[in-house]
Amino acid sequence: MEFQLNINGEQRTLEAEPGTPLLWVIRDTLELTGTKFGCGVAACGACTVHLNGTPVRACSTPIENAQEGELVTIEGLDDPVATAVQEAWREKDVVQCGYCQSGQIMSAVGLLRQTPAPTEAQIDSYMAGNVCRCATYVRVKDAIKLAAQKLEG
Amino acid sequence: MTIDLSRRDFLKVSAGSAAALVVGLSPAGSLAAGPEGSVLNPFVHIDAEGVVTVILKHFEMGQGTSTGLTTLVAEELDADWATIKTAFAPSDNAKYKNLAFGVQGTGGSTAIANAYTQYRQAGAAARDLLVRAAAQTWQVDPATIQVDNGVLRAGSHSGHFGEFIDQAAQLTPSPEPALKPAEQFRLIGKLNLPRKDSRDKTDGSARFAMDVKLPGMLYAVILRSPRFGGILKDFDAGDAAAVAGFVTAKALPNGAGVAVYGKNTWAALKARQAIRADWDFAQAEQRSSAEMLAAHRSAADSPQYQARPETTDTVAPRVAVASRRIEAEFSFPFLAHAPMEPLVCVIEPTDNGVQIHDGCQFPAIAHGAVATVLQLSPEQVEINTLYAGGSFGRRATPTADYQVEAAQAFALLGGKIPLKLLWSREDDIQGGYYRPMALHRAAIGLDDQGQIVGWDHRVVAKSILKGTPFESAAVHEGLDHSVVEGLADTLYRLPNLAVGVSDFHTPVPVLWWRSVGHTHTGFVMESLLDMVAHETGRDPVELRLSLLDRGDKTQARLAGVIEAARDLAGWKPGQKRGFAVHYSFSTFVAVVADVSADGDQVHVDKLHMAVDCGVAVNPDVIRAQMEGGAGFGLGAILRNEITFQEGEVVQNNFPQYLPLRMPDMPEVAVHIVPSTLAPTGVGEPGVPPTGPAVANAIFAVTGRRVTELPLTKAGLRFV
Repeated sequence: MEFQLNINGEQRTLEAEPGTPLLWVIRDTLELTGTKFGCGVAACGACTVHLNGTPVRACSTPIENAQEGELVTIEGLDDPVATAVQEAWREKDVVQCGYCQSGQIMSAVGLLRQTPAPTEAQIDSYMAGNVCRCATYVRVKDAIKLAAQKLEG
Repeated sequence: MTIDLSRRDFLKVSAGSAAALVVGLSPAGSLAAGPEGSVLNPFVHIDAEGVVTVILKHFEMGQGTSTGLTTLVAEELDADWATIKTAFAPSDNAKYKNLAFGVQGTGGSTAIANAYTQYRQAGAAARDLLVRAAAQTWQVDPATIQVDNGVLRAGSHSGHFGEFIDQAAQLTPSPEPALKPAEQFRLIGKLNLPRKDSRDKTDGSARFAMDVKLPGMLYAVILRSPRFGGILKDFDAGDAAAVAGFVTAKALPNGAGVAVYGKNTWAALKARQAIRADWDFAQAEQRSSAEMLAAHRSAADSPQYQARPETTDTVAPRVAVASRRIEAEFSFPFLAHAPMEPLVCVIEPTDNGVQIHDGCQFPAIAHGAVATVLQLSPEQVEINTLYAGGSFGRRATPTADYQVEAAQAFALLGGKIPLKLLWSREDDIQGGYYRPMALHRAAIGLDDQGQIVGWDHRVVAKSILKGTPFESAAVHEGLDHSVVEGLADTLYRLPNLAVGVSDFHTPVPVLWWRSVGHTHTGFVMESLLDMVAHETGRDPVELRLSLLDRGDKTQARLAGVIEAARDLAGWKPGQKRGFAVHYSFSTFVAVVADVSADGDQVHVDKLHMAVDCGVAVNPDVIRAQMEGGAGFGLGAILRNEITFQEGEVVQNNFPQYLPLRMPDMPEVAVHIVPSTLAPTGVGEPGVPPTGPAVANAIFAVTGRRVTELPLTKAGLRFV
């Protein structure tokens, strides 16, 4: 059936089966492949996107649940918090294989919007849903702290 | 950023643009250069705008090779780091072989080690050609020309690389271009050289095989036997037809499963759930983990092979009569690699064959395997290598398992429809090619003074290499060296060390897993030495140093990293901390671990790591690999195991196969030992010493010696 999505500031009309996870609509239909498939059961965070500004796991969000809101993927990030996070990621050279990093960045942006100066424990807690098998966690944390500093200054 | 260019695309692009200078090796293997399209394998490509592209013969799975190989060229070429580009080489065994393997492939922490001179020479040859071309143009002495960040200068003359490519392409490269002495390096060893893959991996534009979509492409997943070794008898598509987007389902020709096709990923995944298959389990694994472990134990009683000159028969009696003995058994579970990007391979028809799109770790194997399945000649197969979302060994199977599945599924539809074959996370966790289960049993004899007088060590595991193309190189008289690496060839001077080995047999497919045999041999050796130190009242660091002879260069380097980690951590005898060191892939890594415990609750607080890997080409990449290797090893020893219940894998996704998460990650301090020796690998060597350092710290803090992995089996909880 036909669905309407507001994604990255654009209104898109598309065909999908009811109940299709948002992830596959974003990747296979809209071809926004920065959002990744990692587990399919909301256990790794690689598919994190923003729905009305809040990080959600696209693999476990039926398309119906996204019709009413504004969706943003890594490709559509465009605000001072996102810029600070992406710059911090590059300064710290966080990435290794890179596959989880879109999701890490989407979560980090969500964290800093909600908590501009997070403590270590707040970072640990908020980011615990994002798995990195390369274990770049040391640098993910450093980059979040750096981004917070950039936004403060 | 890394641009995604297959050979075909590369030629297409350049045919439509200005001429380019390419520098690489001739078919005979000597340095060669020429205009675009010359018969040589280019490592360096410079276009008319002066843009330099380094052609990477190794794939990028996060280990930093695209940055490392590019550093080698850029250093000697004096290219501009900010604008230099990278492209993955096409699959071509003859031209882009790993000099450590003799064929094209990445693994064994060999990329920088094998390419160190080759890529520098390519950069130096290109620089020399451009300088001579500029000297001719400007009518100046080549010795007066300076090169800096892609610009040549002499007196009032200046110009970028692109202005001299036409003349340079007419010149003959020097057979032995001068390489820079180390004191002139400006990129090699530079502390914070930005990674080349940082930008596109932070804005969503990095391309992985999972991201490939072609016009008309279908998606396929495989329904596999729930028990390894099961053969498909029959299947019923059931209600699959009711799934919108379902296309068809077909039995794989080798009985390995059912290929389920959909118009999108979700349709293929959903349709697979509806299919019922009937399997012949006559040859399948049907045991549970406890039975497999018992079989390992029994095989340890009578070793089949001896890995050292001393044998079990001569050493065991010596240990039996020693005044004191330390005896221990260690067990290790099967482990999945679980790279973040599940396995995936896209295959499409071309004018005269096929092209596969893959985060291809071992083109030498995948290329031929796909050609064989499709009954094509090797020339009809092309591989477009993309970023790989991790591997840890999983993408380099001797059977090219997932590329073969893709080719089979492609052929079943007639070989005309582009197809993406992907694995779900459940497929990945349950699909095999695991780090083998392993059992070690050791008895160490000590004399009255606490000196080691004999060491009876036995190992049982399924061989990774038997029955593969690598068997002849790594299996000798029945002994698979990868089972005992890091143990039988230990650098410690241990008197009367015998290492007896037996094979475990199972249809469960096993595979190298980041650091291979060292994943268990390092844990056991370093735990046992900690037990010896405790038993004899010696400091673990001092004991290790006493077992090394500094007159031997390799042992001296091991002693060097032991001291470096000791000093980095401020280690003092008697402190409740853990120590371990291991030599693997020609690299030395020592770790001091700090943990805190409250009853059964343990947290790993900090790791202090010292590494000696020869010349540090990219210090920050080395640090990243130590951090990541430590995290990867730590996650496995804390909680990870693949277990079997009547032949079926119990775990099926991350909620059961618990990955290390941010709250688990300790602080990591890394010291790189300065060195002028040839560079060695860093992708794997951080893994082996981390686990035992943590286990030894847990013993120091809690008094509990854990020898059965994962550590949670001992009732420990990690918070």
